[in-house]
Amino acid sequence: MRLVSAILAGLIFGAGIAISGMINPAKVLNFFDIAGHWDPSLGFVMAGALAVTALGYRLVLARPAPLLAKRFDLPARGAIDARLIAGAVLFGAGWAMAGFCPGGSIPAIGLLRAEPAVFVISMLAGMALARRIAPTAQGAARA
Amino acid sequence: MTEFTPFQSLLGGALIGLAAVLLMLVHGRVAGLSGIVSGAILGGRGARGWQIAFLSGAVAAPLIAAQLFGATIAFDSPAPLPLLVAGGVLVGIGVTIGNGCSSGHGVCGMARLSRRSIAATLIFMASTGLTLFVIRHIWGLA
Repeated sequence: MRLVSAILAGLIFGAGIAISGMINPAKVLNFFDIAGHWDPSLGFVMAGALAVTALGYRLVLARPAPLLAKRFDLPARGAIDARLIAGAVLFGAGWAMAGFCPGGSIPAIGLLRAEPAVFVISMLAGMALARRIAPTAQGAARA
Repeated sequence: MTEFTPFQSLLGGALIGLAAVLLMLVHGRVAGLSGIVSGAILGGRGARGWQIAFLSGAVAAPLIAAQLFGATIAFDSPAPLPLLVAGGVLVGIGVTIGNGCSSGHGVCGMARLSRRSIAATLIFMASTGLTLFVIRHIWGLA
């Protein structure tokens, strides 16, 4: 049941990424290219995702526990520190260079093109490097 | 040029949200793709099973739509190889030290009104816009 529901959530996520256009680096980049051929579609992706998640989380997190786990595993509400800011700056720079974010790149693997695979392998190298040079008490990236 | 697709994008976004809600309802987990990829492939705390299952589903959806149902999914990757690789490495470093990406901070964290996630999202969106401006309009690349 656990694996089936996780596969189902993944299928819905992948379909959402494909239908929304987040799977297409050219489209994602055009959202950020206000000085060029601006395509505001990504704003609609964010709006749809945030509306459903905010409402759904309100209902789900009111429950005492998830259906198939002991407790809700939510990231701690910590301070806005230098790590968070530096990480966000670097992520944004990389997103602009490659055109892929992690959530867009994984479903894009299913298109059987070379670029998503090259991106994901490079991203994994970056993740492994960051774990070595800047390990946290928590371990891996969580959110 | 890419076509403005408000309806598909809103619908696709709603599906991304539905997947996040389902993962929280059943597994009590945040649908942050950087954390899931990192945990599934490089390892981390907790079980890997659900992470690998989720990623398999995410890859399978467009694969099935295109290969079995003949759906055409628009895709164009304008980045030259060196930018693709360097960008990938920077994304990997950034999401690891910043604890999340557009799905974890931008959707799940913002939906919970997490101050960290709101700050991270504003900063990475600004960073993406500024970097792209330099790449496209100052250097004339991609």
